[in-house]
Amino acid sequence: MAKLGPAGYSPYPVALYEGILTPPPGKALLFTELVDEEIAMREAAKAMFTRENPTVFPGPQVLYAWNEEAKKKAQLVRKMAEVFGARIIPMYDYRPKYPKIDPQKEINPNHPNLTIWHNNIKVCIFIGVHCHYANVALKIIRAETDCYTIALCGNAGHEDATVTLRDQHSEELEKFIRIAEEVKRELKK
Amino acid sequence: MQKTQQIKYNRAGQKVVSPEYLLFEAPRQKQFMTGSEVVKEAVKRASVDASVSYPITPQSEAAHLIGELWAEGYVGVYFRGESEFSVMSQLAGCSMAGGRAITTTSGPGTLRAMENFPMWAGSRLPLQLVLMARGVNSPLTIQPDNLEVSFLLDTGCMIWHAETAQELFDMILAGFVVAEQPDVHVPLITVIDGFFISHTREAVMLPPDDIALPPYNPYISPIPPIDMEMPPGRFLRDPFVMKSNYTSYATHASWQFEVRAAIERSRPYIRKYLKGLVEEFGDPEGEILFIASGTAAAQAKEATQMLIHDEGIKARVLRLKTVRPFPAKEIEEAVKGVKYVFIPEFNVVGWLEREVRNVLYGKTNVPIIGSPKVAGGMTMPPEIIVEEVLRILGKEVKHVP
Repeated sequence: MAKLGPAGYSPYPVALYEGILTPPPGKALLFTELVDEEIAMREAAKAMFTRENPTVFPGPQVLYAWNEEAKKKAQLVRKMAEVFGARIIPMYDYRPKYPKIDPQKEINPNHPNLTIWHNNIKVCIFIGVHCHYANVALKIIRAETDCYTIALCGNAGHEDATVTLRDQHSEELEKFIRIAEEVKRELKK
Repeated sequence: MQKTQQIKYNRAGQKVVSPEYLLFEAPRQKQFMTGSEVVKEAVKRASVDASVSYPITPQSEAAHLIGELWAEGYVGVYFRGESEFSVMSQLAGCSMAGGRAITTTSGPGTLRAMENFPMWAGSRLPLQLVLMARGVNSPLTIQPDNLEVSFLLDTGCMIWHAETAQELFDMILAGFVVAEQPDVHVPLITVIDGFFISHTREAVMLPPDDIALPPYNPYISPIPPIDMEMPPGRFLRDPFVMKSNYTSYATHASWQFEVRAAIERSRPYIRKYLKGLVEEFGDPEGEILFIASGTAAAQAKEATQMLIHDEGIKARVLRLKTVRPFPAKEIEEAVKGVKYVFIPEFNVVGWLEREVRNVLYGKTNVPIIGSPKVAGGMTMPPEIIVEEVLRILGKEVKHVP
């Protein structure tokens, strides 16, 4: 992610066309820089505590009990939202919603800007959203809003997010929550 | 993301090994094979779930041999489609359902199936098509020519171009590994020049056939595989396709950028599994640079040897292993210090010349010469490449009578 703030009326330029790639294993992406995972977690936590309307957008991979890992992650997502005092707006699935989704209640990957605009969300976490849909949504949010996006990805990460952490499983989420609690104390929130 | 159980043996009873072991570490034995036979050997070691075929020269034999693998228990599903359009559509279904799938086609069959390739890419299906290029009608041609690659460049698929049967074998296996990375996850078209590679025998080094790639894991796909909860095509029926408003257009644009971005994300994996997007050959100080791929690169290598040893002209080849992603930076780097760039090709339109000119526009003053080009089944002896270089340099032509 090269710039915060509206980038005109086109999703272009997407991050990768500015030479930004997903981080290699063991690293995270903070704006355009490769950093250690802990630094990225700390900056992400700071943003969640200091920007308006922090929101967690959980996707199907943590909303449904596919396996034990998914169940554990779901519990951690709830705990994470509590630590941040964040709202949860789920992305249940990727089906078309007729006649129209209620952007206060759920986020549609193909129209994420409706949710972001309507709620004036200035910082959010994507977690458990299948990578393609996360990427489509993050590109639109990046281009159309000034929302600070944090992608906690179980795979390789998302270069269009402001902060992207890769290979995030339950152990890493527990670490993120610990760091968030530390940042909360430091900020006296 | 879900963690899955480590699988030790695939459906054929082959031991599952890491891609790194299969590609780089396993002992290999020399065999003497055609490109078509090599396709069979690669698929045999690739834990393939499905293949659909339709006959067209010169790929028919490869498709037939994959069918033999099905009979032997190495491929899960195999059947013949009603046409190339059917084949590519049916293969998409196999992939959407979570299977690793491969097919082969050639020439006009490619164009008959054309609508499916951007659909594959937009649906994020890590399918593999082995394209044994033969040119495109009209007039009807059943000869070596790779014109059809020109039509495929902007489909959203990765395109790799093998020079030899050996490279085809390795590319098919590496291709599944790269295409199935969750941040890539787009189709791969593995091209060879038909007849030159498909129908001629060469020495190839093969690992044992009792080991194979790990099976495809659809649960790390960037799009959920279909099941009872997720029928196919839901994303294609999503409102952005159906509506005419600003957010719909923005979504469609974002989706298309994402597919292109996915191809670009394949670069680090290609560097690992293909040892780079390009191969450099010849005199590193060469003032004559050939940029080529496939069989044209093989002929350019021969010509380079002749220029160096017979003419005392420093020459080198930058052979492109991948066309999508396009190795733009590698080309920019390679043209530094050269006097002429030659781009030999086996097609009439010069698709590689166009690509190279595009990336070098405004970045170099080096003359780019899009020749020699042969088409319609003509061969490209290295002598005609040498002749072209000598002619441009204003030197006496000795090689060609």
